[in-house]
Amino acid sequence: MNIFVLVKRTFDTEEKIVVSGGKIQEDGAEFIINPYDEYAIEEAIQKRDALGGKVTVVTIGGEDAEKQLRTALAMGADEAVLINTEDDLDELDQYSSAYILSEYLKDKEADLILAGNVAIDGGSGQVGPRLADLLGINYVTTVTSLEIDGTNVKIVRDIEGDSEVLETSLPLLVTAQQGLNEPRYPSLPGIMKAKKKPLEELELDDLDIDEDDVEVKVETVEIYLPPQKAAGRVLEGDLSAQVKELVNLLHSEAKVI
Amino acid sequence: MTKKVLVLGEVREGSLRNVTFEAIAAGSKIADGGEVVGLLVGDSVNDLAQELVAYGASRVITVEHPHLKNYTSDGYSQAILAVVEQESPEAIVFGHTSLGKDLSPKIASRLQSGLVSDVTDIEGSGDDTVFIRPIYSGKAFEKVKIKDGVIFATIRPNNIAPLEKDGSRTGEVSSVSVDITNLRTIIKEVVRKSTEGVDLSEAKVVVAGGRGVKSEEGFEPLKELANLLGGAVGASRGACDAEYCDYSLQIGQTGKVVTPDLYIAAGISGAIQHMAGMSNSKVIVAINKDPEANIFKVADYGIVGDLFEVVPMLIEEFKALKVNA
Repeated sequence: MNIFVLVKRTFDTEEKIVVSGGKIQEDGAEFIINPYDEYAIEEAIQKRDALGGKVTVVTIGGEDAEKQLRTALAMGADEAVLINTEDDLDELDQYSSAYILSEYLKDKEADLILAGNVAIDGGSGQVGPRLADLLGINYVTTVTSLEIDGTNVKIVRDIEGDSEVLETSLPLLVTAQQGLNEPRYPSLPGIMKAKKKPLEELELDDLDIDEDDVEVKVETVEIYLPPQKAAGRVLEGDLSAQVKELVNLLHSEAKVI
Repeated sequence: MTKKVLVLGEVREGSLRNVTFEAIAAGSKIADGGEVVGLLVGDSVNDLAQELVAYGASRVITVEHPHLKNYTSDGYSQAILAVVEQESPEAIVFGHTSLGKDLSPKIASRLQSGLVSDVTDIEGSGDDTVFIRPIYSGKAFEKVKIKDGVIFATIRPNNIAPLEKDGSRTGEVSSVSVDITNLRTIIKEVVRKSTEGVDLSEAKVVVAGGRGVKSEEGFEPLKELANLLGGAVGASRGACDAEYCDYSLQIGQTGKVVTPDLYIAAGISGAIQHMAGMSNSKVIVAINKDPEANIFKVADYGIVGDLFEVVPMLIEEFKALKVNA
């Protein structure tokens, strides 16, 4: 099995977002592997261990993303690829990201590509399905169970709380939903080994991509924080009076019931 | 300039989902006086077409085929791309639902277009359409424009108000015949798990439980309250990790982001990751034993107390309210 995992470096979920000069401030923030991508990495490792083969983790980003790739290698991935666009591109969108990944993957003969179903920063969930389409392979999103037997694949996916059971075949791209597995923490020996595992760095030139091919289709015109919510009212009095008051407030003041 | 907008309707168990009507309203805004063409895809959808007109579609196109009974990205994209080719819309709107999230990137890829996902509001119209969408799970927002090509967006359920329903509106309904072939995915079965058929992302009321719920059985009173209010049950990561409930109920930065009219948080302390998933709800009620719990900072109304005392009392009060109403 030739397995690839798409990984994105994202803000730690604990981070507060600070906007200054129209941009999200990154200074001093902690970064992690997008949590949904961790499920994808874990699943890739499990499938490789069961079926044989190789796991390659791929990301698009700058030098800083090497840390997240090393973490994935420490979890157990075999190789990592950083497509470094820092010097070539000011901005990326889902269209251009998928295009760059497809140019990298088009001659790799991937049997299985895994990704998180959504990144917790941009939150669009587009790149996986777009990439599958560009590669001409099938895709299944928000997967909670993945069974592979030869080239036959049986999947359970989450559809808004319900479960869909389906069958398809390799080659395939799947995006991971929470519940797929329990991602492991990198072990100390894993971390030591990861330092010696291959990490290839590519630029757009290495992929024969012209900057005109990756012109973004969408532009962000403004980034802002939601209005601060004023702290509300903590009700007082004995509990049954509070409950009565609450129902009354929801009905007459907030008018939501 | 006016735009011709194609809006995909979504059918669940034989009825149109609310997000369909919201998508028509979004489409009308983008259209700026142009035509809003409703599109229904399935094995038997013709009977629902008039309802799209009543909610503001100028006319409706249906594509019926036995292979479209279940959603597959292959089947639906063949149907939709055939209609796109026939109609050449300048804008396309889907709901940001399970189906919309899965399908829209493929259609955008085929059209080599941009796509703005998970839109919660729209400013301007026509060429000046600006989409507002949450980023970092609602910790921040961005305003986004499509630079050129088809204007394509998916809209989050429950955020854009539908137009007034008017049964006297008329609009042509036509069908397009498409040969649906080469489906690479075979749907075997759909296992329904959602509470009483109310979808968490579309629910007007969400009753969510955290670690304070203490057990799977502890969710029972929350379910009763949710059912009484026609809402859905949600949970914090803590409750899911403790296996009190299924991960499909998780609300937060990982999990679902919800914006109901009323969010009742019971036994949830209010970790920043959870708040990202619910803090944009219209009205938030917090019930927690710990007066210092973070959740009180975003709650409109708070009750300091044991949820197992408070929730049953709430159920009785809401029942009394319903009887008196």
